[in-house]
Amino acid sequence: MSAALAVDVGWGTTTAIKTLVVLGVVPLTALLLGYIFLLKMMSHMQSRLGPMDPGGFHGWYQLIGDGIKFLQKEDIMPAEADRKVFALAPAIVVMSTFLVFVVIPAGPRMVVRDLDVGVFYALAVSSLSVIGVLMAGWASSNKYALIGALRAAAQLIAYELPLVLAVVGVVIQTGTMSLQGIVRFQQDGAIFGFSGIGLPLILTQFVGFAIFMVAAQAELTQPPFDMPVAESELVSGYMVEYTGFRFLFFFIGEFGTAFAFSALAATLFLGGWSIPGVDGTAADVLGPIVLVVKVLFVAFLMFWARFTYPRFREDQLQALAWKWLIPIALANILVTGVLKVAF
Amino acid sequence: MTTTQPPGGLPEVEIDPAALRQLADARMNIELDTGDMILNLGPQHPATHGTLRLVVRLDGERVIAADPIIGYMHRGYEKLAEYRTYPQITTLINRIDWLSSFANEVPFIHAAERLMEIEAPPRAEYIRTILTELSRIATFLLFLGEMGLQVGAITPAFYGFRDREYVLNLIEAVTGGRFHPNFNRIGGLKDDLPWGFIAECRTVMAKVMESCDEFEDLVVGNPIFQQRTRSIGIIPAALGASYGVSGSNLRASGVDWDLRRDGPPYLVYGDLDWKVWTHPDGDSFSRYWVRLQETRESARMILQMLDALPAGPVMAKVPRIIKVPEGEAFVNTENPLGEMAYYVVSKGATGPFRVKIRSASFSNVSILPWLLRGCYVPDVVTILASLYFILGDIDR
Repeated sequence: MSAALAVDVGWGTTTAIKTLVVLGVVPLTALLLGYIFLLKMMSHMQSRLGPMDPGGFHGWYQLIGDGIKFLQKEDIMPAEADRKVFALAPAIVVMSTFLVFVVIPAGPRMVVRDLDVGVFYALAVSSLSVIGVLMAGWASSNKYALIGALRAAAQLIAYELPLVLAVVGVVIQTGTMSLQGIVRFQQDGAIFGFSGIGLPLILTQFVGFAIFMVAAQAELTQPPFDMPVAESELVSGYMVEYTGFRFLFFFIGEFGTAFAFSALAATLFLGGWSIPGVDGTAADVLGPIVLVVKVLFVAFLMFWARFTYPRFREDQLQALAWKWLIPIALANILVTGVLKVAF
Repeated sequence: MTTTQPPGGLPEVEIDPAALRQLADARMNIELDTGDMILNLGPQHPATHGTLRLVVRLDGERVIAADPIIGYMHRGYEKLAEYRTYPQITTLINRIDWLSSFANEVPFIHAAERLMEIEAPPRAEYIRTILTELSRIATFLLFLGEMGLQVGAITPAFYGFRDREYVLNLIEAVTGGRFHPNFNRIGGLKDDLPWGFIAECRTVMAKVMESCDEFEDLVVGNPIFQQRTRSIGIIPAALGASYGVSGSNLRASGVDWDLRRDGPPYLVYGDLDWKVWTHPDGDSFSRYWVRLQETRESARMILQMLDALPAGPVMAKVPRIIKVPEGEAFVNTENPLGEMAYYVVSKGATGPFRVKIRSASFSNVSILPWLLRGCYVPDVVTILASLYFILGDIDR
């Protein structure tokens, strides 16, 4: 990143900038998704307008105002709560979101850290949030929160498998686990000699993409997989006792993670920042825009399902994961492996 | 073989090691046994939409026992009615089932009219039927949306509220009140229909039909919704009847019984061409399906009535001070939530001596302890939603 600016800055400055970018990107993307999809798209799908007045243009200021409101609220802690665990839980949930953004590339040099095991790292840190969720549910000393947390733990663990298995196909085909490498593969690839749009992996890994989207939806505990937070029965599940700033953390975590998973899906299957034929500094400038557009498209699919479907029951969603998604993902890996060897 | 020598010179006891192992296992199982958890659903809980409290004993996610506790909203209308005059009572009974208030007034007014031997003019009876069916549609549209909400889909709820608003506007146009019309008078109605009502009502009925199609696509046709509701909370017909379950809940169990058709004739249902919908399954899904069909059927009935609306006055000749002669009257009607009945005892005063109100939801939720046993926590919510009770109708 520093090199893109063509200014020679030291290691310390670079690290500081990178940290600030990651720290800034999570709340900003959470706000972006929250505004576009939660406030506006959902409202229009439900034949209402959503907030219109705050900020003048279609209520863009509403979420920021909500955030400020949350900061002012009293921080209530249940009398019987396990105080330290209770306070730490939202931080862990948000932290796992922050960590995912470290490896997501937004341009040839626009990446905080291009790890060789990028995919592995991203999926690993994203599943850290389950610890935070369990801590929140347990420490709240509330039965609803406890049921919600245990449901969340069972669900997140079950859907971790198809999520990883869906990505394995991509890794086999590209032969690398570095996210930057996967994007490069898609940019430099060609469809039967035609290299106009590169080779978005969704064309070959469409099964993987579908499974990834379903599993990501479950990892985000969004409808139809929102049993852990089921508002009509568990009244928000593990976050039921949280107020003010800590609740804001969960909110940011929810939408920030939605953005992170959409960015992962866009990078793995839709080509990430890649614009065929454009490279170097131009790609550094255009890449983030291309990535955000693709992310918004993926997020649109996610939220579309979220606002349309009822939720699965706990046993039904477990059955979906173990009986359908995992076998299909395994078959996908097998087919990918065979084709990889054959061609 | 292990032999032990108990003290006191008792005969030797031989203990089979297999039995010992079994004993140890049994002890182990006792230690591993997790205690039941008692979960308090309500009185403030979104699934109980009101103040129903449900004490649920859980083993993991499975319900072992459920105990509905009612009475948080008891307002004592039966007693209050004894201290009011007949025209004043309609204001009270509006608030029993507050989503279909107009339908609450009808049986009481009919009981009073029967005691006074007054008959409302045909136009008044037609308008009463139209308003009753409108309140049925308003109630059911809310149910159709809200059931989606309880199963986890947010969008149908908004569609339900949106289309119910059109119907409430109609009711408001006629009566001046969206929720509590208080429009019935002994011997007729307060007013005639407003100008332009018939044309407006036709458009709204078209919208209601459209809305029903939408629910059919969005909710009934949804595989997840079917998974969540089919064969969940099955009420066998005989058992349902023995608990006093009535209305759409009983028709969803395959009982072809509707007081509008099978009871003593009231309002103008006899003049109309309509169908009683039943479903053989008796599960949550069929309760949803039956109500969906009944919403359509009500819209059709209203269209028929708009065509056949007779001319004439809307008020019969009634003395200025209403004194009801001595006697007793029992009137039961098919309200949106089920059978509603008033038993009015008069001693010839301006107010009743005693009023007994039979409200549908009270009997409908009485089956809950039986129905909820053995199901999962998420199903508790869908079953509660599919039984569709109004708290005011339970507690009166």
